[in-house]
Amino acid sequence: MKIHEYQAKAILAHYGVPVPKGKVAFSVEEAEAAAKELGGSVVVKAQIHAGGRGKGGGVKLARTADEAAGIARKMLGMTLVTPQTGPQGRVVKRLLVEETLPIDRELYLGVVLDRALGRCVLMASSEGGMDIEEVAAHSPEKILKEAIVPGLGLTGFQARKLAFGMGLPAAAVNGAVAAMTALMSAYEAMDASLAEINPFILTKDGRTVALDAKINLDDNALFRHKDLIELRDLNEEDPLEVEASMFNLNYIKLDGNIACMVNGAGLAMATMDIIKYAGGSPANFLDVGGGANAEQIRNAFRILLADLHVKAVLINIFGGILRCDTLAAGVVAAARELNVQTPVVIRMEGTNVDQGRQILAESGLNFTVAAGMKDAAEKVVRLAQ
Amino acid sequence: MSILANEKTRLLVQGFTGREGTFHAGQCMAYGTDIAGGVTPGKGGTTHLERPVFDTVSQAVRETGANASVIFVPPAYAAEAIMEAADAGIALIVCITEGIPALDMVKAWAFLAQHNARLIGPNCPGIISPGKTKIGIMPAHIHKPGNVGVVSRSGTLTYEAVGQLTNLGLGQSTCIGIGGDPIIGTNHTDAVRLFQEDPETHAIVMIGEIGGDAEEKAAAYIKDHVSKPVVGFIAGQTAPPGRRMGHAGAIISGSSGKASDKMEAMRQAGITVCATPAEIGEKVKQRLGL
Repeated sequence: MKIHEYQAKAILAHYGVPVPKGKVAFSVEEAEAAAKELGGSVVVKAQIHAGGRGKGGGVKLARTADEAAGIARKMLGMTLVTPQTGPQGRVVKRLLVEETLPIDRELYLGVVLDRALGRCVLMASSEGGMDIEEVAAHSPEKILKEAIVPGLGLTGFQARKLAFGMGLPAAAVNGAVAAMTALMSAYEAMDASLAEINPFILTKDGRTVALDAKINLDDNALFRHKDLIELRDLNEEDPLEVEASMFNLNYIKLDGNIACMVNGAGLAMATMDIIKYAGGSPANFLDVGGGANAEQIRNAFRILLADLHVKAVLINIFGGILRCDTLAAGVVAAARELNVQTPVVIRMEGTNVDQGRQILAESGLNFTVAAGMKDAAEKVVRLAQ
Repeated sequence: MSILANEKTRLLVQGFTGREGTFHAGQCMAYGTDIAGGVTPGKGGTTHLERPVFDTVSQAVRETGANASVIFVPPAYAAEAIMEAADAGIALIVCITEGIPALDMVKAWAFLAQHNARLIGPNCPGIISPGKTKIGIMPAHIHKPGNVGVVSRSGTLTYEAVGQLTNLGLGQSTCIGIGGDPIIGTNHTDAVRLFQEDPETHAIVMIGEIGGDAEEKAAAYIKDHVSKPVVGFIAGQTAPPGRRMGHAGAIISGSSGKASDKMEAMRQAGITVCATPAEIGEKVKQRLGL
């Protein structure tokens, strides 16, 4: 789950990471009041779940509260397009109004899970304020890393290695060490999957401050963080994806015209791939899971067909625990109930496949039955044309 | 032969009396798996599926001599269950549970490093050595004893590959689903090394997906150490970056974890890379010269 910058900063501040003074604003009036309170000279930042906001016009400086109000008027409701939003962009509904700080240097801090080490890793770089991927590509030696021993947390010496390694002046090191320790504590306490402070700045008066913040949370751990679940902003998600999530369906909308319904994440990805290979374009990723029942199949069907670009549907099921006859009965019932007119290609294999095929054949509905994945992909691509 | 699991494997089921544990333990028994008993805290001393139930894994090991365990415990308690099994001296731990918090697995990983246990999973279908034993949730009837080793991060995509092999008359030595999570106990390289050492395995199928660089590492290992033919496939060639594709570990982050990079690394290592999953079986047949 992603959260907004202002939410991430509030959490980091709670754990002791220094952040600029600031306030979230949902209206022009709130933005103006916040700017007044902060002394007039502020930065106004659009709050969307995507990076690269500055390049798209989502970060602006104001010298007075009046100017801040003018910026807020333009920014609220605007569609912000950044390299990470895709061409359709995101509508801005929240702003963060913050004090401006005198920047001496821009650094980088980030925490990720290292799959190969099986540990969290704190990364630091003297090259902040730019895409860390670019730093990694061009000057990997400028990214310093410390692996965290589980249960022990970030030790003082590790934090000092990073702080001195980034070239911080001795007078600023203690502050940076405290900020890094707080960042690691926050990461572990909220079960984050990514925490990034970019830039982590050194001010002209020698303080270290988190000027930006990005935190992603581990979806698998949300069950023990009821308070964090409330930070979810449904405006930032595709409405069909939100609906699918209510039914425990793993659905991701894509921009093609062939919908697919598959059991298992790997097979679902492979089904998208083979549609592309056969010359078509997948409209979505959908994993109905191993234990899908008739109701889930009906909901899945409804969500797939709610995408108006969809010209044909491919159902690809390898029945293990999910038996083919159960699936076929569910598909037939859903197609009748929803009066499905879109062409549907079904490929089934595995447990009770013969009974399943019989149910489809006797339904009187216009399903195309395919013999394997390749045959299914070719048939559905033809029907979508 | 086979790898990791065979007819000598004596299995415990953690989460034995729950719905999933009951159903799948029954299926495993029907296949012939030697299930010694199960563990459900608070139900020790009772009997379930005609097998004894114990309160703790160590008690179960002491009284049954079990050497493997399969875990169907809910996600909030599954990392604990892995550690309990390792602490009790279980040599092979198979964790089926999906949805374990990543930081719980970080702790379990550190714990396992100090014990002599191999973990398969979590978030996996398990392991089967056809004709010998089945430890997991895979449909038994699609498998056939033989000489192809299969390792995969996916469940149903593995069944797809196995189904093709069986239909072509190619049986399997062992099939391992290593799991779709970012932190897993056994990776592609581990499995490939074991298949290389197993005289009964004549060819290897390696199925990967987007996210991480485990396939690239396995490809490098194969290039230097594996003499047997390897056929591979990577799922997620059309997956958008930054989105988690069902599995917690299936995500392209920035420039890392892309399908194209993995496929290229595998080709460089002499692996036959399938463009689509529909041709996995055929390619294995070709590489075996059949």
